[in-house]
Amino acid sequence: MSLRIVVDGRPVAARETDTVAAALMNAGVAALRASVGGQPRGPLCAMGICFECRVTIDGRAHRRACLELCRDGMRVETSA
Amino acid sequence: MPEKLAGDIAVVGAGPAGMAAAVRAAEAGARVVLLDEGPRAGGQIWKHAASPPRGARPWIERLKRSRAVLRSGWQVVFAEPGRLFAEPVSGPAEEGVEVQCRVLVLATGARELFLPFPGWTLPGVVGVGAAQALVKSGLDVRGRRTVVAGSGPLLLAAAGALSSAGARVQLVAEQASRASVLAFAFGLAKQPGKLAAAAALRLKFPAARYRPGTWIASAEGNGSVERVLATDGRRSREIACDLLCCGYGLVPNLELPELLGCEVARGRVVVDDFQRTSVSSVFCAGEATGVGGVELALAEGEIAGLAAAGKAGEARSLFRRRSALTAFAASLDQAFALRPELKAAARGDTIVCRCEDVPLSRFAPSWSRRQAKLYTRAGMGPCQGRVCGPALEFLFGWGADSVRIPVRPASLASFLEISHSEKEGAATP
Repeated sequence: MSLRIVVDGRPVAARETDTVAAALMNAGVAALRASVGGQPRGPLCAMGICFECRVTIDGRAHRRACLELCRDGMRVETSA
Repeated sequence: MPEKLAGDIAVVGAGPAGMAAAVRAAEAGARVVLLDEGPRAGGQIWKHAASPPRGARPWIERLKRSRAVLRSGWQVVFAEPGRLFAEPVSGPAEEGVEVQCRVLVLATGARELFLPFPGWTLPGVVGVGAAQALVKSGLDVRGRRTVVAGSGPLLLAAAGALSSAGARVQLVAEQASRASVLAFAFGLAKQPGKLAAAAALRLKFPAARYRPGTWIASAEGNGSVERVLATDGRRSREIACDLLCCGYGLVPNLELPELLGCEVARGRVVVDDFQRTSVSSVFCAGEATGVGGVELALAEGEIAGLAAAGKAGEARSLFRRRSALTAFAASLDQAFALRPELKAAARGDTIVCRCEDVPLSRFAPSWSRRQAKLYTRAGMGPCQGRVCGPALEFLFGWGADSVRIPVRPASLASFLEISHSEKEGAATP
């Protein structure tokens, strides 16, 4: 583990080759957002197609966690 | 102002087909721009973090040596013959890039087919290819009780990879019957390399856990998946798991070809012997012309790249190699045809469109995809129907609706840039 990201205010260890989706699942964060009907949702396709894993990264909303690589100090906000 | 790039040939997608096309065209002297969504060349099949898989290495090396310009991390949001507009997929950058070219080669690949069943929206339920992608991008599966389900040769590949990475694979449920799978494996015997690869994958977990004629009836859990119900249509069995990997094969990514006006039939882009589409300046290669695997994608990509660069003779010399591989693709389709029982897996309250949370009970079988969209919003969310579209086609037989720009959710800045350039174009006599 060479870096730390901050997930909803909590520090999470990750590697620079980890996507945000993988880092969150490793940290036990299963749900990344709530659907329009309020259901918990996590990554599905892991290739940028389904948009189920979208989170806010460094203040930018609707980023696909499966496509973003972890950067040291990155701030990730889930909405589940 | 967006950055502008110009070339003779623009290639979309740097998987096997796109890389092969870019390499052959650039080696033939064409100026090539290669755009890809991933962080590095390889596509989904050759996705990697540090070192690329063996099959990818020669192509990655040749791509580096060629003078093709590779732009990784860009997604095309708008296209017309001769022009593309792309946005960065990730990171802090905002500005788009506009690419102008004489000829386009589309190598957009395929995505997984997901079918709805009760519980499929739970966190912890991912695709089969998705599970492999997650492992390659850092997911630690050690000790995770895992069920792999769906259909196609990808199941065994994924189960093997997950076992090697430390997952406890409880079951591999293949919906196709044992007879179909055996007939397919017998066909593989004519291609010794493929049979050996399949056998090697099988050995990494107990063979008894591979169950043809079995599918997932439902998944349950509090906040994430905790157990699944697997069935063979007569008997059902509950299996505890932390990860369910479920995908029913692959479907070609047709949005860009359709936007460009390329003819599509039977779910794939129609091409001639030189991989040319019905639009004369647009070629297409790889899974978008029909799912057939890496070797076929490479052959098609090479042919498309050579033909796009005007090397018809050299392209022709590859026709025989391609046709031998096409037979394998046809046997795949036949062996892993989806059983009708899968249509009955979703219940009335099962979500079909995950973006808009539309349950099955909201749809009337007599509708079209367009009506479903207008009446229920199915397909109007950020995935633009890429997930529910193929599922609705399987459930109700509805074909795809027309494709509009942007083909991916795009920033307002890109939208303004696209419409601005369109007006400029329109003003030019």
